[in-house]
Amino acid sequence: MNPLLIRNARLLDPEGGYDGPGAVRVRDGFVFEVLRSAQADSAGAEEVVDARGAALAPGLIDLRARGTPDGVSRLAAAAGVSTAVLASDPSAPADGPARVAALAAPGRAGARILPAAAATQAMEGERLAEIGLLHEAGAVLVSDGDRAIGDSRVLRRVLRYAAGFGVPVAHRPVDVHLSRGAVAAEGEFAARLGLSGVPDVAERIGLERDVAIAEGTGAPLHLDGLSTAVGVAALAAAKARGAPVTGAVAIAHLCFNEVDMGGLDTRFRLDPPLRPESDRRALLDALADGTVDVVVSGHLAVPPERKHVPYAEADPGGATLHAFLAALLTLHHAEGLPLLDLLRAVTLHPARLLGLPSGRLQPGAPADLVLFDPDAPVVMDTLGSPFDGRRLQGRVLSTWVGGRRVYEAARSPAR
Amino acid sequence: MSAAPDLEADVLARLHPFRQPHLLGVDGLTPPDVEALLDLAEALIPLSRRPAKRLDLLTGRTVVNLFFENSTRTQASFELAARRLGADVLNLSPRTSSMSKGETLIDTAKSLNAMRPDILVLRHGASGAAHLLARHTEAAVVNAGDGAREHPTQALLDALALRRAFGRLAGLTVAVCGDVLHSRVARSNTALLSLMSAHVRLCGPPTLLPTGVDRWGAEVFTDLDAAIAGADAVMMLRLQTERMDGAYVPSPREYARFWGLTRERLARAAPGAKVLHPGPMNRRVEITGELADDPTVSLIAEQVEMGVAVRMAVLASLSARREAG
Repeated sequence: MNPLLIRNARLLDPEGGYDGPGAVRVRDGFVFEVLRSAQADSAGAEEVVDARGAALAPGLIDLRARGTPDGVSRLAAAAGVSTAVLASDPSAPADGPARVAALAAPGRAGARILPAAAATQAMEGERLAEIGLLHEAGAVLVSDGDRAIGDSRVLRRVLRYAAGFGVPVAHRPVDVHLSRGAVAAEGEFAARLGLSGVPDVAERIGLERDVAIAEGTGAPLHLDGLSTAVGVAALAAAKARGAPVTGAVAIAHLCFNEVDMGGLDTRFRLDPPLRPESDRRALLDALADGTVDVVVSGHLAVPPERKHVPYAEADPGGATLHAFLAALLTLHHAEGLPLLDLLRAVTLHPARLLGLPSGRLQPGAPADLVLFDPDAPVVMDTLGSPFDGRRLQGRVLSTWVGGRRVYEAARSPAR
Repeated sequence: MSAAPDLEADVLARLHPFRQPHLLGVDGLTPPDVEALLDLAEALIPLSRRPAKRLDLLTGRTVVNLFFENSTRTQASFELAARRLGADVLNLSPRTSSMSKGETLIDTAKSLNAMRPDILVLRHGASGAAHLLARHTEAAVVNAGDGAREHPTQALLDALALRRAFGRLAGLTVAVCGDVLHSRVARSNTALLSLMSAHVRLCGPPTLLPTGVDRWGAEVFTDLDAAIAGADAVMMLRLQTERMDGAYVPSPREYARFWGLTRERLARAAPGAKVLHPGPMNRRVEITGELADDPTVSLIAEQVEMGVAVRMAVLASLSARREAG
């Protein structure tokens, strides 16, 4: 691969905490040199990219997106994501080594695809999946996705067993009985709309149990899909006493609240359901203070025929990956969250969780990079997405994976 | 029928009354107790190898095999041991007889006690059954396996097989691998081998290692290759099939891949390392059949033979104690 130089950039280094002028030299697919000066000698570089002051950061790592590997790979690249962890689909669970190996196959057109495997057989929460063989086949994470494992004995064994292989486990913290059949957040709003709701304590109860099991076994646990103030408060308390847990929230839950689905708009039928503004604010605070470690796209494109039905019958999920970086940058502009803090939640922290060398701007790291204009206004136009029609701020210009440019935005005045 | 004088004299010279009224577990044995039993068992080995397999040490004594759990192999071993010493043997399997209908273990013990047996050999699915029986009978009780707690004659026969293979127990490194959680064999062996100054390593999937196993005095591993490295002997435990279906272990093939003993894996052990298995084996799961059948490394057949010798020694020593008063 040809030596590459990206100069005249605003470098955003989430690990070093640097936000300033800089340049990055790439050789053989890896970062060769990071210069904290916008100008750099182009000698030896066959390809020189003038960033024109745009922001250069490690490519994003999305810990949860669902879809076909090629589809997610392409969408991710356009969103500045260089690595996407493909969630196991309950309708075709990644619970066999052959299937995981097929998903893990390298050479995708866009972002790297790393499969997450099922934690239990058929994602039914009853019997351990072949976690050792799945890990050997390329699974970087095991999780039953949106399905909580209700049987504490099973979850405990999953944690102990996976820890023996050093495989991270992600789990959705929710009480399976309190959440059964619910399509909205329990409260005045859902009651007026005649929707069955899940109380916020369902998340707290699930989370407290999950944390207790993690503490009891000493095995690490990643709690994914947080959506409530009581949930993140419980997570903060657990972390304060040293529990081996991390937390993630999906981008939609940071951007929307239950009022967004006011007209029973099925684009906002998500799992977990959107909650009152007070919960959204609590999630933003938890992200700001480090209680929430990771932000995921939570991408799940639901076919239109599964959304063009009454709200209570619609499949939960929304296409969010295309808007991932722009939505994060909008949170920076609109909510005042520091840019480097936001970036850590989608680069360094997910990299650490998976033990990846990426997510950093340092010599020797894979040259997974994103160049973006953090201020450019954009209007989302993906039909069926909760972000459709939203005005966001932030535009991806280029994405590199292993030193290879996998996405380049069409030229525009913002460039 | 009389034994050859050298064998009989040898046995009698090594027969000492057992220090305890029962053999309920390895717990409570001292190194001299173990050495004495192993020495006596060793002297009894030739008895089973000659045409006339009879030595009248227990003539007229009654041994009752009370097996609440099926175990053809262990029951046969105890029965042969008792018969070769001249005892009368009664085999009871309460599960299949009318005896256990609504009857508690204490009721069974009391009615058996009234029949005045000398030795009761008990196999039971519940931990603590042997202790309970011992409190309600005047006979000597031999624990032939109670739940997941103890199986002392298995540990003794394993020790005898190891001592004969290596000439010693002290200083040996023995890796015990598999379903430690449910294994009475692992518990009794860890206790006995540690008592005899061998180094014990325990290895299994994290879901099959009991809480607190790190305080058993053994080194604990989840990586089989690491557990085997440099070991003098590798003892594979049986994994029951119903535990390989996702409850504790995802599948037999995953178990075989990570915790199954193969010749390649055994190559990491010390030169001349031996392989043991208490049986019955799941070939191609915890051990390859090829390895189990290779007489240059496998002690499995030897273990079965030593089982009869050790059980003769245990029965004779317990009986000697009863009659010594």
